[in-house]
Amino acid sequence: MQQRSNIRFMSRQEVLGYIMLAVILLAIIPLSLDVFRLNLIGKYLTYAFVALGLVLCWGYGGILSLGQGVFFGLGGYCMAMFLKLEASDPESTKIQSTPGIPDFMDWNQITELPWWWEPFRQLPFALSAIVLLPTLFAFIIGVAMFKRRVGGVYFAIITQAIAAIMTILIIGQQGYTGGVNGITDLRTLLGWDIRSDSAKVILYYVCSAALFICLLLSQFIRYKKLGRILVAMRDREDRVRFSGYDVANFKIFVFCLSAMFSAIGGAMFTLQVGFMSPSFVGIVPSIEMVIYCAVGGRLSLLGAVYGTLLVNWAKTIFSETFPELWLFAMGALFIAVVMAFPNGLASLFKRYIEPKLPAWYSGKTMVSKAPIIEKDSSMETAHANALGSEENIGSSKSLAKPETAVTVAPRTDEKLEGGVYVD
Amino acid sequence: MFEEYSMAELTDILFMQGFAGLILFSVLVLMALGLAIIFGQMGVINMAHGEFMILGAYTTYLTSHIFETYLPALFDGYFFVAMALAFLVCFALGVLVEWGMIRFLFKRPLDTLLATWGLSLILQQSYRTVFGAREVGVTLPEWMMGSYSMTETIEVPINGIFVMVLTLFIASGVYFLMFRSLWGKQVRAVVQNRPMAGAVGIDTGKVDRYTFGIGCGIAGIAGSAFTMIGSTGPTSGQLYIVDTFLVVVFGGAQSLIGTIASAFTISQSQSTLEFFLSGSMAKVITLLIVVGILMLRPQGLFALKIRQ
Repeated sequence: MQQRSNIRFMSRQEVLGYIMLAVILLAIIPLSLDVFRLNLIGKYLTYAFVALGLVLCWGYGGILSLGQGVFFGLGGYCMAMFLKLEASDPESTKIQSTPGIPDFMDWNQITELPWWWEPFRQLPFALSAIVLLPTLFAFIIGVAMFKRRVGGVYFAIITQAIAAIMTILIIGQQGYTGGVNGITDLRTLLGWDIRSDSAKVILYYVCSAALFICLLLSQFIRYKKLGRILVAMRDREDRVRFSGYDVANFKIFVFCLSAMFSAIGGAMFTLQVGFMSPSFVGIVPSIEMVIYCAVGGRLSLLGAVYGTLLVNWAKTIFSETFPELWLFAMGALFIAVVMAFPNGLASLFKRYIEPKLPAWYSGKTMVSKAPIIEKDSSMETAHANALGSEENIGSSKSLAKPETAVTVAPRTDEKLEGGVYVD
Repeated sequence: MFEEYSMAELTDILFMQGFAGLILFSVLVLMALGLAIIFGQMGVINMAHGEFMILGAYTTYLTSHIFETYLPALFDGYFFVAMALAFLVCFALGVLVEWGMIRFLFKRPLDTLLATWGLSLILQQSYRTVFGAREVGVTLPEWMMGSYSMTETIEVPINGIFVMVLTLFIASGVYFLMFRSLWGKQVRAVVQNRPMAGAVGIDTGKVDRYTFGIGCGIAGIAGSAFTMIGSTGPTSGQLYIVDTFLVVVFGGAQSLIGTIASAFTISQSQSTLEFFLSGSMAKVITLLIVVGILMLRPQGLFALKIRQ
């Protein structure tokens, strides 16, 4: 046990949390669900990439992007373009007037593959495009905005506008992008049929593994100085600037990283679901992705995964049984999560479940049933907590450098206001 | 591409396109005014703004029905009653929302975005439940139909002119309210320095509440005007929010003139581009230009200098 919690960028609780998630994702879910449901969970998990990016970007960096769907879509489209080109070889498209090009291009009287589709015939190019293209795009947006100190609501509105532009563009350029229907009818990846049951199971595992890599990377960043600067920047930007840091660079970095995660999610989505369409790019899906992150807890990396699964699962259940109630539920969820529990599921866990867990969980030498005492009740609770300055009473030596819980729910309403980040 | 047109025809087309741009301009101004007031005063972007507009539109629709059924003699004038009702309904809902939601989120503008988005989803679904998913249109009174021919080839629709006059009226109304009334003075004081305004005895909470209400009320009037040029459905509000937000942000947060100038720029460039390109590309290019300018000049066209 002592060894475990010595892993440098995690506390014992977090290690246990990751193991728990791994057990759920890699063992419990695949063993208990049929392939159809498993595929559905796999689809939800691809949104978790976006939610994870938002935790870093919004929860830690304080940058709310309402255009994450753009990056999700870019990643997804890059993957879809590769798969589509593979699916439309001259043999299987010989009934078209121009064989060898994707079917929707043929329907739109395009007779030649556009030059920018050409490189997507190579898998290495497509894979690097999935990661690099959205990151580059985010970098351009980030440089343009953050270097000029655009932030807060302005940034949110502009990213939203970019999402709108992207959707209009994709729908408008039907001949090159497949329009409203998107790129459909994807079959194989290097000759491997991605629609078969076994492929779906394998892709599910690939998706989970990729998610874990992203989670651990985020965890690492969060623990390191970089993560702490992000939090400091979110809470008191000018102080960080006066301390000599170039705030814009940190913001650009975290925004690019979240874009990259979203793009990986998008590519996994295309692989598992078998199509990509503009309905995952626009304003509405982009904001929905924010709620996944908010429900899980905007400061909790693991929470992002659980939040995504929970909201999507609820969405599926509702849409199957009471489709007309779903929007009410979703709207209420938005309001509730913002007003009543701004730190999401993670805070509920901290508050109600964690105190009841046995001593080995927290790694305390003495069993203490009492809730963790909160020393800091000032406006900067969240700041202080995330910076790891909260005292871990009786914690083992391994926590000499105390990495604390992601979120600690402030216990009274007055504190709530300060507990959440304040812009 | 212009060979097939004569010079006179080209001028006419340009004129008509310009007029279409003016109508779009009026609608944008009407929609953005309410949002701009709220954003300028509280720094809050009301994502449910589009839904408040639709509420105004549905109020107009109901009023027109009531007049048609019970008061056919007064039908010609129903529109003015409908606008007043639309204002009142939206004002009341706006005050309620501010009281129940916005005031708690005052220091967290990003959270307000999400909360009001939640509100917009709820409102949308309520409209769908109450009025059905199909789009509805209102019957225009006789005097508003048809068009006025200026020359043989140039015709301007009367409802378009009406919307323009209405916009002029509302915009000057807002101007007087903000710059010539005691209440406006209080609002501007709160914008410039909130704690100090509170210290000299202005009830800032009340100012916020009524600002929010009036902003929503103007959205209601916009929605009401909207019924004259298009039909209304539960999700119509969503179509316009991006334009509206961009108008406000582009114009500069606390500036009324800025809002109007940016609405003019956006609408004119869009309707002119529409003539050369497809509608969607025109929109894409317009929005890209706006986003591009905002990156160069983040404070918007006209920024009010205030102490941060």
